[in-house]
Amino acid sequence: MGEKSVDRASLKMLKKASDEGIGTAWDRLEKQEPQCGFGLLGICCRNCNMGPCRIDPFEEEPGKGVCGATADIIAARNLLRMIAAGAAAHSDHGRDVVTTLYAAAQGEVQGYQIKDEAKLHALAAEFGVVAEGRSKEEIARDLAREAMEEFGMVKERLQFLNRAPEKRRAVWEKLGIAPRGIDREIVEALHRTHMGVDNDYTNITLHGGRTGLSDGWGGSMFATEFSDILFGTPRPVRGKSNLGVLKEDQVNIVVHGHEPILSEIIVLAARDEELLAVAREKGARGINVCGMCCTGNELLMRHGVPIAGNFLQQELALVTGAVEAMVVDVQCVMPALAQVAKCYHTKIISTSPKAKFPGVEHVSFEEHSALEIAKRIVRMAVENYPSRKQELVQIPDEEMEYMSGFSVEAILQALGGTLNPLLDAVKAGRIKGIAAIVGCNNPKTTQDRGHLTLTRELIKNDCLVVQTGCAAIACAKAGLLLPEAAAEAGPGLRAVCEALQVPPVLHMGSCVDISRILVAASAVANALGVDISDLPAVGAAPEWMSEKAVSIGTYVVGSGVLTVLGTVPPVLGGKNLVELLTKGARDVLGAAFAVEEDPSKAAALILEHIAAKRQALGLEP
Amino acid sequence: MKEVFIDISRCLGCKSCELACAVAHSESQSLFGSLFESIPPRKRIYVHAGDCFSVPLNCRHCEEAGCVAVCPTGAMFKEEQTGVVLHDCARCLGCGFCEMACPFGVITRAPGSKIVAKCDRCPEREVPACVEACPTRALLFITSQEAQQVKRQHISTQFFLPRPPVTSA
Repeated sequence: MGEKSVDRASLKMLKKASDEGIGTAWDRLEKQEPQCGFGLLGICCRNCNMGPCRIDPFEEEPGKGVCGATADIIAARNLLRMIAAGAAAHSDHGRDVVTTLYAAAQGEVQGYQIKDEAKLHALAAEFGVVAEGRSKEEIARDLAREAMEEFGMVKERLQFLNRAPEKRRAVWEKLGIAPRGIDREIVEALHRTHMGVDNDYTNITLHGGRTGLSDGWGGSMFATEFSDILFGTPRPVRGKSNLGVLKEDQVNIVVHGHEPILSEIIVLAARDEELLAVAREKGARGINVCGMCCTGNELLMRHGVPIAGNFLQQELALVTGAVEAMVVDVQCVMPALAQVAKCYHTKIISTSPKAKFPGVEHVSFEEHSALEIAKRIVRMAVENYPSRKQELVQIPDEEMEYMSGFSVEAILQALGGTLNPLLDAVKAGRIKGIAAIVGCNNPKTTQDRGHLTLTRELIKNDCLVVQTGCAAIACAKAGLLLPEAAAEAGPGLRAVCEALQVPPVLHMGSCVDISRILVAASAVANALGVDISDLPAVGAAPEWMSEKAVSIGTYVVGSGVLTVLGTVPPVLGGKNLVELLTKGARDVLGAAFAVEEDPSKAAALILEHIAAKRQALGLEP
Repeated sequence: MKEVFIDISRCLGCKSCELACAVAHSESQSLFGSLFESIPPRKRIYVHAGDCFSVPLNCRHCEEAGCVAVCPTGAMFKEEQTGVVLHDCARCLGCGFCEMACPFGVITRAPGSKIVAKCDRCPEREVPACVEACPTRALLFITSQEAQQVKRQHISTQFFLPRPPVTSA
């Protein structure tokens, strides 16, 4: 294993963990190595009980599973299941936001209100919900009902597909991969991969495309848009990042996971005078709510709440010994937290009925009594403050300011209300292209190095970088989300950033907010009268690890954007499948996957691609 | 001298040793890289299903190695220092006598060739790749003395002394 992290706060906490005999994800990875080669290549199948089967990748026996499935079939089925799981995670998150809006509209919940009426009206118009002469609650209720139908099989096409350029929609229709209903595509994916159903790796992969698109242009987009209605559309905001945001003299609550539904109310509850008084009584100077992963991203986008770190820092936050409570909901929450927390006073509190952890206290969250539950959770943290073991407290001083909140609306506003300044900069070559760098951390690769190296290389070469998720947190910690970071950019991008007072790296939100990037890409393509696949644009996930990232990669490629992966997906055992994903897809979708583990080489590949796309558009490369 | 010992009770039949063996005998020395080599690398260990066990089989590097005895060219030979039976492709005729002589069936030919390949016990590695890859420690790289000592230790924990029957006073 190479270097564990380039983040100094992480390295300090890894040293502390090691001194205290605490194992983390990196240690557990070491114990897993060497990892199963069949798994790494995607050629083991457990889909029926004639198996498990695996295929010899070196042209020896066994060359087929018991049912006769080849390496390509098995790898394609496994890939489709990964896409389905990822799409399910994003879309179920979207569903929770939709039902929360519905409940809020019915007046059944505590603490939620319709914050962004302009967006409510815009979406009502988009979905054909009558708005005239009706209260915002009535509109919201009908809009939420419309959204609920998008999850099922009532409609033939997802409404949000209409946001894509006409040429892109034509591509989807021609291939038969325009998603019909969000849940439907996921269920069909599981049906197709059942024993003896879809056994044509191309057909399986095409449905993978459709399932991914139902996430990007469906579940994720609902999560984003409806969260904006409920909690406000993000606008530029500043805050602090990295483990240094934890406070020695305050009650530290880390909200970790993905949804904004509970964490928004926790932020509210932490301002409660009564609870603040209890905190003071216990000797604390205040209540410090910090984010972690995408729950953190949701909060920092809208409120500038401090973000303690990204995926691989969840255990390290506990190692500071200064966290009273880590409140978790769904996705990317390691079960290891329970064991690490035992070494300190930290309470891990799970809140989603969907996500329970052995050895973790569970406080079931539901919207109807949201504020009461949030207050109860905050109180648990406050009352835990005196149990802090002072001798174990060590908070790294690494702390970095960030500027985030770049929703599409905020970007438009920064541009003066129209896309033209951006388009002009792209046409004139001041901005060569746009790269979306997203995704996780993965202990198989040095934490944050992929994100930072790739981002720096690209801005240096005048590529505007947009980000979400753990990639954005990596750049926040490195100071790349500040307007001052324009100094690291090439002369063209630098001039644009300085004129607009924006960073060269724009934080657009959580992982479901990649839907914002789709909307932005569509707007740019429409303004130029081209397809998304004609744009000098690229997607990259340098340190990805989750199934959600697989779904994202699929819908980004499906939307016409080359996607460069920094860790190798488990498909290489299916050689024809690899050919399809990396080359064949280009012929039909105008985009494909590429894999490059070295971030500097990935940057070169991306710049070359952008130059080629510029040339095809008749622009100076 | 260390040898590859097999604890059959621990083998789950995952074939990780087979993959690791092939990769250890590839050009690129990496799983992903070896997939794209023009001649696929070959494994020299084979996991077979016994009646109730999975059995990983590889060259036992026999003391009285039949394969060495029958080889007409000296391509198959026993390295004096290590006791490892090695095969020199350059001197191999491809006659197949060694295959016939091997009682374990672990000397095999590459597809489309009569030149054989067998376990070389990974001379560049401290621990053979198959042993390193085994997730359940069914493959062990230890000396014969250690192997037997472990078994004696294990069996001695199985013994117990019968207690005299309790008699009521």
